[in-house]
Amino acid sequence: MRQTPTVQSPLTLNEIYAALAECAGDLKIIAGGTDLMVLANAHQLEASNFLDIWRVDELRGISDEGDALRIGALTTYTQLIRAPLIQQFIPALVAASRTIGAVQIQNRGTLGGNIVNASPAGDSLPVLAAYDAALEIGSQRGTRRVAFNEFYTGYRRTVLAADELVIAARVPKVKAGERDFFCKVGTRRAQAISKIVMSAKAQMNAASIASIQIGIGSVAPTVMRATQTEALLVGATLTPDLIEQARQMIANEVTPITDLRSTEHYRRSVTGNVLTKFLRQIIEGAEAR
Amino acid sequence: MRRLLDVLREDLRLTGTKEGCGEGECGACSVIVDGEVINSCLVPVCQTQKAQILTVEGLAMDGRLNGLQQAFLECGGAQCGICTPGMLIAARALLEANAQPSRDEIKEAIAGNLCRCTGYVKIIDAIEQAATAPAQIL
Repeated sequence: MRQTPTVQSPLTLNEIYAALAECAGDLKIIAGGTDLMVLANAHQLEASNFLDIWRVDELRGISDEGDALRIGALTTYTQLIRAPLIQQFIPALVAASRTIGAVQIQNRGTLGGNIVNASPAGDSLPVLAAYDAALEIGSQRGTRRVAFNEFYTGYRRTVLAADELVIAARVPKVKAGERDFFCKVGTRRAQAISKIVMSAKAQMNAASIASIQIGIGSVAPTVMRATQTEALLVGATLTPDLIEQARQMIANEVTPITDLRSTEHYRRSVTGNVLTKFLRQIIEGAEAR
Repeated sequence: MRRLLDVLREDLRLTGTKEGCGEGECGACSVIVDGEVINSCLVPVCQTQKAQILTVEGLAMDGRLNGLQQAFLECGGAQCGICTPGMLIAARALLEANAQPSRDEIKEAIAGNLCRCTGYVKIIDAIEQAATAPAQIL
């Protein structure tokens, strides 16, 4: 017979750490529940004991740390959408949050949940990748900082130890003159899981690209940075020829699969097209200026 | 971990709130928790301690339909009825935050609520009509 799962609902971070230190492997952490409860409803979640962290307010909130924003792990998508700091300094994260589920999900789903759920299709993740975010990870043993782009070690695998919790993301602000971009391709605007999702940032120096970072989801076992394509673009003059080269390169750089949402061929083509859209926007923006 | 939806329907016998998909896609189980619309199939009841919860049963006033419900009736915004409680609740959450929404804002507010009968136009009409007389809604 299955045991009835127990639920602990701590009120402080220290209580979370203590609970994780005591019985780490057995505890399933639940925040907004928008991923976990779907599995539970489908009976795909092993009977387990739950650590409900929803009431730990010290994990909420957005603070200005000068060149970066610190976003508490329990911050919901609705809070991100409404926050003037995020609108001003990480606009792609507002755009991403608005594409996640619909308002019912945005009111409950959290940034930390999206990160640790570790789905390659998590829509906030390409933004964190493109912005070179860092994660604050805590446990009774202390706090450490891990680069977001080194957090995933494989499909749904992360560097988190069993007694650790992601407590915040630290996201560098967009710089003056820097262009940022977010585009999700799904079956409809709301409630869809991405076929491909991309966020990018670029800084121009006259007609050439001084820096560019491209984060992509749903095209590899984890969210990825298109480092080869970035290397092609950095320092180069942005011309239609270069855009065409970048389109072909990124279509080969991603490693998508065919699944129920889309095909490998479609995902490669559309990744190239979405990058083209961003690069053309940069040219058109420069001409308009 | 019991779901808020099951406690509402089974313990409290508030069966106006429906279960559709059970995975946060359809919005039939929408209720308002502390002012925010959520899917009650995805919320464990332990996270709603001391929260103020509004279900479809709480919309009527003194046994009479409120302005939002009346508008659904007049515009043909309800057909089979399974999505209606969730639609009403999503619309209520919208109108509390934005008393004069545009049609696009209405569409966005009900993007998480699926209806297979109406084609949505009459639902949007109903919410738009209700917004013209906010005093009879909130």
